[in-house]
Amino acid sequence: MSARRIFARPARFAAIAPYVWMVLFFLVPFGFVLKISLSQTAIAQPPYEPVFDLTAGWTTIRAAFAALGIDNFKLIASDDIYVFAYLRSLTVAVTATALLLLIGYPIAYGMARLPKRWQAMAMVLVIVPFWTSFLIRIYAWINILQHDGLLNQILLALHLVSQPVVWLSTDTAMYIGIVYSYLPFMILPLYATLAKMEPALEEAASDLGAPPWQVFWLVTFPLSLPGVGAGVLLCFIPIVGEFVIPDLLAGSNSLMIGQTLWLEFFTNKDWPVASSAAIVLLVVLLLPLLLYERLQRRQLEER
Amino acid sequence: MRKVSRLSRFNIASLALGLGFLYLPILILVIYSFNASRLVTVWGGWSLRWYYEFFGDRAMIEASWMSLRVAVASATIATLIGTLAAVALSRGERFRGRTLFSGMLYAPLVMPEVITGLSLLLLFVALNAERGFWTVTIAHTTLTMCFVAVVVQSRLGSLDRSLEEAAMDLGCAPVRAFLSVTLPLIAPAIVAGWMLAFTLSLDDLVIASFTTGPGSATLPIRIYSEVRLGVKPEINAICTLVIALIAVVIVIASLASKLSSSQGESAAPL
Repeated sequence: MSARRIFARPARFAAIAPYVWMVLFFLVPFGFVLKISLSQTAIAQPPYEPVFDLTAGWTTIRAAFAALGIDNFKLIASDDIYVFAYLRSLTVAVTATALLLLIGYPIAYGMARLPKRWQAMAMVLVIVPFWTSFLIRIYAWINILQHDGLLNQILLALHLVSQPVVWLSTDTAMYIGIVYSYLPFMILPLYATLAKMEPALEEAASDLGAPPWQVFWLVTFPLSLPGVGAGVLLCFIPIVGEFVIPDLLAGSNSLMIGQTLWLEFFTNKDWPVASSAAIVLLVVLLLPLLLYERLQRRQLEER
Repeated sequence: MRKVSRLSRFNIASLALGLGFLYLPILILVIYSFNASRLVTVWGGWSLRWYYEFFGDRAMIEASWMSLRVAVASATIATLIGTLAAVALSRGERFRGRTLFSGMLYAPLVMPEVITGLSLLLLFVALNAERGFWTVTIAHTTLTMCFVAVVVQSRLGSLDRSLEEAAMDLGCAPVRAFLSVTLPLIAPAIVAGWMLAFTLSLDDLVIASFTTGPGSATLPIRIYSEVRLGVKPEINAICTLVIALIAVVIVIASLASKLSSSQGESAAPL
């Protein structure tokens, strides 16, 4: 036991470099987002004011503080575009996460029931698409879903439709893209809990006369809830702030919050409003983020 | 007595459909990159035409070169710092700010990229840093070191601690015990972590868009601006090349984790 303590002391020093890095490049930047979200838009470089100048003396700094205000947040709360964008982001994230759970669960369940030898292979097969470029996978779907793309060609050839269906720039295309991109994130935590489950439990329920759906609903599903929780959080949080998929696959008449943030920043060059949007998004995601952090820590440290 | 059959027809069907759904679009993309026809949807026979086009496209080549340099640099720094973080979390004694530390390491894994990108950009602007190679590299390092930390930490967690304890009982100094006992054992996970960081960096569009400067676009930024204008056969060829590169990386990573699984539990990414 003493060896463990001796080892622990230098190991603590290992934290210094990553700690400093994360404080500098992860924590401190949020301070800047908060500060600029309270600033005024200006036609300047950088396009906001007031700018802190520590060399200018105390009065200037105080004046800079006095000029900070919550106008941008008022704008966001009163402007329908933002309110709708937030609502849409949440709706899309809830719907997509539900779809992912419905589609991912049977796949993870099937994987967990494969013979042990094949399970590792199946896991690699699910992970590999996660390694291939995100943008490329979305692009692959544009190929398939466009007006004279493969899907319409097949549907026409089978006489299922008489003229090409509009797939691109619809919510359907966006949901296909989201489910496709996030599926591995849903499957892996589900599979991890399902694979650890004792098969004897299901067998016992079945021996005692429970029909298969009851075995699933009363035994398998409740036992897999930790995996469900991890999968849901792992998908829900990033989907709320998703930009690329709705931008390339969904129509442009209703935007998600990630898109409005991008638009304010890159097109309108309104950094303060973009920062305010980021702060509101962060506040919305705070609870799921905390839940996720706790889950992740428990999973990695208590094994 | 009825037994729950281990693998039902439903299980097989959902597996086959699921894997088909994951792989068919990529397969179609690869096949169409060899299409001779300018119309993306009309098959005009096999051809390498779009690959020649890509190698003649200077802007694309420059963007690819930029992306590769950023990916190698950020993956290397991320692996160094991420491994240190994993060691501190799984071996270090409790220290003040530990909860904040693990929180900062896990949050970027799920944090929407628009937030990470915007906040880093504002930092770089405040620091008056010239935006380009280094700002993107720092941004990618910040994101990917968290993935490295998780992969390495999961390997450290499954490691038998009595090995390093035995080394120290036999008089090894802690740092020496780490270098000569622990490090070789977690090496496969470190390799896998580097590969994961490399591919994540190569892939990133959003954070790079925020943190790069004019004239130093990465490959995803170029691809994105082309894709917004519509499907071009040349993009199919570039995407296929990227997939091929990543496939090589995956093979190396899986060889590394095979090495690791022969010594115990496999260190799967995530």
